[in-house]
Amino acid sequence: MKLEVVRPGFTTTVQDLGRSGHAALGVGRSGAADRGSFRLANRLVGNSPGAAALEVTLGGLVLRASSVTTVAVTGALCPLSKGGLNSPITLWPGEEFALGTASAGLRCYVAVRGGIDVAPVLGSRATDTLGKLGPPPVTDGMLLPVGDAALGFPVVDLAPRASLPSSPVLRVTPGPRRDWFASPDELLSTVYTVSPDSDRVGIRLTGPPLRRVRTDELPSEACVPGSLQVPPSGRPILFHADHPTTGGYPVIAVVEEDDLDLAAQLRPGQTLSFRPAS
Amino acid sequence: MTVRLLPCGRRAVLVELDDVLGYQAALTSLDIAGVEELVPAARTLLVRFDPAVTTADRLGAVLREVSPVDIAASASGEVVIPVVYDGEDLADVAAEAGLSVASVIERHSAGSYVSAFCGFAPGFAYLSGLDAQLHVSRRSSPRTRIPAGSVAIAGEYSAVYPSASPGGWRLLGRTDLPVWDVEREPPNLLPPGTRVRFSAVTS
Repeated sequence: MKLEVVRPGFTTTVQDLGRSGHAALGVGRSGAADRGSFRLANRLVGNSPGAAALEVTLGGLVLRASSVTTVAVTGALCPLSKGGLNSPITLWPGEEFALGTASAGLRCYVAVRGGIDVAPVLGSRATDTLGKLGPPPVTDGMLLPVGDAALGFPVVDLAPRASLPSSPVLRVTPGPRRDWFASPDELLSTVYTVSPDSDRVGIRLTGPPLRRVRTDELPSEACVPGSLQVPPSGRPILFHADHPTTGGYPVIAVVEEDDLDLAAQLRPGQTLSFRPAS
Repeated sequence: MTVRLLPCGRRAVLVELDDVLGYQAALTSLDIAGVEELVPAARTLLVRFDPAVTTADRLGAVLREVSPVDIAASASGEVVIPVVYDGEDLADVAAEAGLSVASVIERHSAGSYVSAFCGFAPGFAYLSGLDAQLHVSRRSSPRTRIPAGSVAIAGEYSAVYPSASPGGWRLLGRTDLPVWDVEREPPNLLPPGTRVRFSAVTS
């Protein structure tokens, strides 16, 4: 069984839950940016939670299945040529299946029953766009092998999902270098806007610059996903799925891991703010 | 020894101290329940933990009591990296350091290095132990592509570029020794703690 990529859309990559445990070698976790949507897509087609699936940015992907199969699409709100979001969809041999352009949210997940079966690198099939590990981004005409390691057939017809907030409030805990900033609480009172140069590595935010009280250079230190790193511009970068394992700018706060899925769906121009985690 | 514990989300603590690798070795041998991953860097060790098994407070109490072990005594082997010293920045480095090119090469290849930590790219090891006279700044404008195997210096570190990438370090030469290969187990030739020497060879 193979899935043919008729059109890749804006950007499509193969993702799974990533390669944990290699940060000391300079290898980040990578994996699906919106892990909740990714897991749900796999559940809907009866895959194990970590089976590789496609992460589609903004939509536009067109696929053709070589034999009868089941797929499911989750994440961003996106019109489909057949069936609906968050629900298993049967594809017939040779049938084309297309995603339109997302109207809310940024990333869709397309899981196929059996999982995308490209060769794993360091235990993962995820494309790390920063570390250049894993399969290359999906292009026209690519034939994606599909595995046969599915579990029992799914029993649900539709998984209800909360709608995406238009201006999310992400919960943060203090970061290791909070004391390097003149008024760190300005982070909590500012409404930021997502910059167009955001990607899987980091979500760049525009807003009034955070001023530093310490201007000396920070020796590189390890970072976790959700770190809000503040470069000399004073405008924070929210480290996401493909973030570098170490960084040389101070981290003012860390976004709660559960809220990173919401962050993964932020579109350029959208606003967001932060509040302290309880 | 002073150890500072800095908050870093719900699943990690950042430990700031001097002897990072000695502290990491001590922690590793303690095999503390709930500790999932240790990530060394220049002056810190990130300790990632499973909050279902331990808490930041409980872990912090242990982390404050750990004393670094002497890893120089236990270090095994040494990786020798053959280098053809024909890098594009040799003359600039010599000028900034106030040395001749020959002396730059001699000092770089005479040094005894330790892989302090990895970062920047998979397999990119920051090698400490660089001769103080060779502590030069990065290029003001990074190169867009540096070939894999380039041997370079910046600040207090030397490194071998594991794969082609952009970069701002000063290029001294190149090596044929692959320091990173995902088909190899382990893929990284220079994990933190590895002792390293450079040896000048002719192409």
